[in-house]
Amino acid sequence: MGQWLIDLYSSYESTLGYIGLNSLFALSVYATLCCGQLALGNAGFAAVGAYAAALVTMHAHGPFSLALFAGALAPAILSVPLGLPVLRLKGVFLAIATLGFGEVVRISLVNWDYVNGAQGIVAIPKLTSLWLIYLVLAAAIFVLYRLRGSKWGFALEAIREDEPAARTLGIATHRYKLAMLVLAAVLSGTAGALEAHFTFMVAPSGFTFLRAVDMLVFAVVGGTLTCFGPVLGAAFLTLLPELLREVSPLVGLEPGPLRLLANGLILLAIILFLPEGLASLPQRLVARREGGSG
Amino acid sequence: MSALLEVRGLARAFGGVHAVDRVSFFVEKGEVRGLIGPNGAGKTTVLNLVSGLIRPSAGSIVLEGRSIAALSPHRIAGLGVARTFQNIRLFPDLSALENVLVGEHLRRRPTLLSRLLLLPSAAAEDRRARAQAGFLLARVGLGGRSAIKARHLSYGEQRRVEIARALALDPRLLLLDEPTAGMNAVEAEEVASLVRRLAAEGHAVLLVEHNVRLVMDTCDAVTVLSFGQVIADGPPSAVAQDEGVVAAYLGRARP
Amino acid sequence: MGQQVLNGIFLGSIYALFALGYTLVFGVLDMLNLAHAAVFMLSAFVALTLVLRLHLGIAFALPLAVLSAALFGLILERVAFRPLRDRTDSNVAGLISSLAMATVFEAVALEVFGPNIARFPIGTLPDRQIAVLGGVVSVLKLGIIALALAIFLALTFLVRRTRLGRDLRAVAESPRAARIVGVDVDRVVAAAFAISSALGGAAGVLFALAFNAVSPDMGRSVELKGLSVIIVGGMGSMPGAVVAGFLLGVTEVFVVAYLGASWRDALSFAGLFVILVLRPRGLFGAASLREA
Repeated sequence: MGQWLIDLYSSYESTLGYIGLNSLFALSVYATLCCGQLALGNAGFAAVGAYAAALVTMHAHGPFSLALFAGALAPAILSVPLGLPVLRLKGVFLAIATLGFGEVVRISLVNWDYVNGAQGIVAIPKLTSLWLIYLVLAAAIFVLYRLRGSKWGFALEAIREDEPAARTLGIATHRYKLAMLVLAAVLSGTAGALEAHFTFMVAPSGFTFLRAVDMLVFAVVGGTLTCFGPVLGAAFLTLLPELLREVSPLVGLEPGPLRLLANGLILLAIILFLPEGLASLPQRLVARREGGSG
Repeated sequence: MSALLEVRGLARAFGGVHAVDRVSFFVEKGEVRGLIGPNGAGKTTVLNLVSGLIRPSAGSIVLEGRSIAALSPHRIAGLGVARTFQNIRLFPDLSALENVLVGEHLRRRPTLLSRLLLLPSAAAEDRRARAQAGFLLARVGLGGRSAIKARHLSYGEQRRVEIARALALDPRLLLLDEPTAGMNAVEAEEVASLVRRLAAEGHAVLLVEHNVRLVMDTCDAVTVLSFGQVIADGPPSAVAQDEGVVAAYLGRARP
Repeated sequence: MGQQVLNGIFLGSIYALFALGYTLVFGVLDMLNLAHAAVFMLSAFVALTLVLRLHLGIAFALPLAVLSAALFGLILERVAFRPLRDRTDSNVAGLISSLAMATVFEAVALEVFGPNIARFPIGTLPDRQIAVLGGVVSVLKLGIIALALAIFLALTFLVRRTRLGRDLRAVAESPRAARIVGVDVDRVVAAAFAISSALGGAAGVLFALAFNAVSPDMGRSVELKGLSVIIVGGMGSMPGAVVAGFLLGVTEVFVVAYLGASWRDALSFAGLFVILVLRPRGLFGAASLREA
């Protein structure tokens, strides 16, 4: 009986862990999206955080708390020289520049012998527990939620809706955008560090631009109006493959393509019909019902 | 004694077009200066230059003895210059109250730490800021509409919210870009009397307007632009009879 | 040395074709079509299938595959871009919906063809080599370069001399003004997508022929490089895309020769950063991209 429980737990632990980690990654994209910046370098930040933490644990034999701290700090430091020139760019140009940054990080790691290049660092001890992931997630949600209604929160909202107008109201927009980019780096770096000590290894192949795009998809599918949307999107899209795995023999498709197909169709449906994400569904349904009966 | 705002030889070209060409004028404290002229005369460009959204190609802009021509918009706002926009730039998904709250940005104390520590001082600061925003909205006659999203307000209401938002900066100089466009006579007169009250309280106002009669009734001095250049400058009565001004407006008769 | 330059020109012509498609859509619609690489990949599979299953010669398979790419482009436009045209955040929304379509296309390719690399049957492609400019180059590569050049010329003619070209430029300038002047904006945008995807599809088939490899993830590396190319060349600028494409092709070949293959991909991003920081509008680009 005990063994059965242990087996059950370990098969779900990974999924539950990834719901938490993906929520953090999604929130890192949200951090810049909530002030209107489509910054997609978060796979790069995650890589820097993951590797920094792994190096502390494996090469410096430091305590886990130090590894996590390094995982948060290293990408934060890097995000400043990146952000200063790049946040001046608009829309898709910012997206492309930050995607490029992520790729440069990945390629540099592939070419760096000290970290074993493409093979990465393995046999990292499993120091991350589920409750730690969810503790960090709760802290992140708390901080982002408490921003609302404050001077800071309204400044972000204003920048998102009309940046030049915001500047004429005295908001130093570049400072806020940079601060949110640093926050994004801290969130994705910490998540990367946690992940490294959850999945035993880090390798450059885990931080391709597709990863950054996945994070964006979590946030968009969930909805970016509040900080809860990205968490909802991450949870939904992390659970989906598990569900699909059961369904795939029924539908007659391989699980891999089926997962991709489902992701693509869901994303398309959301952007076309529910652009404010799944989190806006309750509101929409209520409005439709009131409109219909009124 | 120097004026609050001194603009000298201001010029700005876009490609080969001289949108603003050697424009000079002053605005005194407590004065309402009108800036009028036919479409395309460069009036909005002048406001964009003074508020820092674009850089001049030549000339100087001096606010209370300090040159602001090279400053960024948020620094200029910090020095007490607030503006509204010709094509209304409210934040569409924020309510009227929230729009004005954004305008209070520079006047609000940072509460980040106390928010994260769940201290009551944060909530108190929020209440104070919201009350102030409510007061400003009431001042422009929109007290009852504070919770409505900006995109759902009428055109005239949106313009008034924009003015309230600009007032939230407690500005020394107010730049108004066609604040009565699209308003009926009653609303326009309300705005005009608001402007006169603001001037009486010591604000300086630079008013761009197409409603010539309103300008004549409200302004202490008027500058007329045509094709980027100043063609007349003086008290309303003198400007109204200036031949050059009449010629520039020929065919654009407005009551 | 001549050998390297030839290889660079050959690689560059594929990059240029791909980038042209990207920049055409951006120039006309101000939206980034992230499904471009998926069309690149799908048309390669179409060509492969035509050769493998229907035993068509490559001379027939290539144009048919390009036509199918144009069709994919029309579908893309209708499903993923047209519904978003009037939204305020249309370029970000367009990016995301094209991403969704790319995922769908890739899922289809994975399901139908499997994840492994497929190859053209022996004898599909000419394998003769000839000596040119002090180097040896295959007839295949020369053919590809010639084909690419022919396409560039045809496109230039289209844009400069035909009515469609004039309408395209009008819509790129201002869709509203174009509509007032009587241009059927919907038709023109659809045509832009068809042409753009045809270009991407051509690049895909030529790429597949050149390296004799077709797989569902073959678009991955080209996708990002294509982005770098259009930014360096200038978003919306067709000559820019061509010049930057060739530039990338030639410099990549030299980087691989002298620094090793693992740094090759970093080159395009290095160029990207330099341009974005120093001259964001690119080599040939128009208006300013920074904010006030």
